[in-house]
Amino acid sequence: MSQRKRLSASQNKAANQRSKAESDDEEDAFTQPSLSQVQRAKESFTPIQIDRKVAEVVQFILIKDQRKVPIRRADIAKHVIKEYRAIHQDIMKRVIHTFDQVFGLKLVEIDPKSHLYILVNKLEALPEEPVSLIPANPKHGLLFTILSVIFMKGGVVKEALVWGFLKKLRVDPGERHDIFGDVKKLVTDEFVRQKYLEYVRIPHTEPMEFELRWGVRADKEINKMKLLEIVGKLFDQEPSSWTQQYREATAAGSQSQSQR
Amino acid sequence: MARPMGDSHRRFLQTIMSNGIIDGSQAKALHKHCCDVAGANYSQDRLDEFIDVINLHLQPMFMHIRKGMSEEDGLQYYALVNTAETEVTRMSSDYADNELELFRKIMDLVAESDNGTASSTDILNCGDALLSKKLKKKETEQVLNKFVQNKWLTEKHGEYSLSTRCIMEMEPYLRTIYQDLLKNCHVCDNIAFQCQMCENPDCGIRMHLPCVARYFRGRSDPHCPACNEFWPHEIPEMHRPLASQSQPSSAKENTAPRSTPLTSQGRRSGRRL
Ligand SMILES: [Zn+2]
Ligand SMILES: [Zn+2]
Repeated sequence: MSQRKRLSASQNKAANQRSKAESDDEEDAFTQPSLSQVQRAKESFTPIQIDRKVAEVVQFILIKDQRKVPIRRADIAKHVIKEYRAIHQDIMKRVIHTFDQVFGLKLVEIDPKSHLYILVNKLEALPEEPVSLIPANPKHGLLFTILSVIFMKGGVVKEALVWGFLKKLRVDPGERHDIFGDVKKLVTDEFVRQKYLEYVRIPHTEPMEFELRWGVRADKEINKMKLLEIVGKLFDQEPSSWTQQYREATAAGSQSQSQR
Repeated sequence: MARPMGDSHRRFLQTIMSNGIIDGSQAKALHKHCCDVAGANYSQDRLDEFIDVINLHLQPMFMHIRKGMSEEDGLQYYALVNTAETEVTRMSSDYADNELELFRKIMDLVAESDNGTASSTDILNCGDALLSKKLKKKETEQVLNKFVQNKWLTEKHGEYSLSTRCIMEMEPYLRTIYQDLLKNCHVCDNIAFQCQMCENPDCGIRMHLPCVARYFRGRSDPHCPACNEFWPHEIPEMHRPLASQSQPSSAKENTAPRSTPLTSQGRRSGRRL
């Protein structure tokens, strides 16, 4: 509950009604203001006011991130930045800096066209933590299993294969599960909205068939080499024995290294 | 300029954020772990300083890692709280409107009760009378479980009370909403829900159960510390933190040994804002 308080009542309301009125004219908020506009805006706000605005944006994003749903830049503009839009670039720069320096989180734009952001952890969960960095969540176990299947099968699988695999683990997508509820909805809706998975129709299939891939968030958050090590332990096999996966994991590792 | 944060601080902060609340011994272990992993200097007795560095950097965000005491076991806990006025809104990303309404009703019941609890029967009745959208008995039970799981409530024998996390995070909100209904503990001066009350109608002070246990430890004939009336309640026995367990219980019973978690500076600075 702690992170919302600085937001005004109207912002709270707006945040609750996330889906309402998310029209694209909000994007206008981010058309480049002229230099003189920026200058004037900077002069009309005190440094304290700007500090507070930065704090509000940080809190807004932290709260939105609890649901792991990507954050639209237009929503930040509409609900928080508002009349400060002329200096939004300065504000966002400081927000990004704060996430990086204080929280160890990286604000990543995952879709430059629709300006969607997610928060990615720069710190990794480690074995033998006295308190886990990411508390165990049964849904994450399920997600990790599905991501592993997709990765080991070369990056894309038909959904039927995943359902078949889950059935073997006694998670039947056709039945209501005690912990996961509607499994099919969790996988094809919640995980997809959270950008952990992509779920797309295979063209020209009748009846329609769908396939599953890793989503952008999974790419950013999941360490493929760690995943391969876990699968390796499961099958009592060296990670490097899966040549293709091993190559991909090595490449992903060096890429994320350079990003950090 | 203030000491900069390192990855050790960031890991500590993130772990508290994602867990909501951690207890004192977890905080100690986590401190060591975070320093080890980041290759930072670690010394056992510097936890407070370590957290001070984080708090300094959190201050501009109106956030704070606060140290508080559990009403149930009297142990120390750490939670990330907001230093500005609070609403039930951080839950709003996890709960539906009617579930939040139920939570507010539960807070009402707890605040109006004498002992800081609400019975499951009363809560189930509330679920049936919600304005936003009624909850069936089964649904209310599920929501209650979720509140407990997410550490907003605690449950004992069908009685629900506000969790340490809930009280720490929502204290400013609770004080605004319930004002006169709420009283502070006479011993530790923190908000008191689960407590004992002096039965002298002119006095009526409250004391947390762990504070009662600590204050009256070793006294056979307990009297109210405010009005000196006989204290008619059963004195609970508290499980003591390991560090002070070995102390002889006869000595100076109410000068709580060095584990006094009660005057956290977090609370103080929180109020000022
Ligand atoms: Zn007390
Ligand atoms: Zn009294």
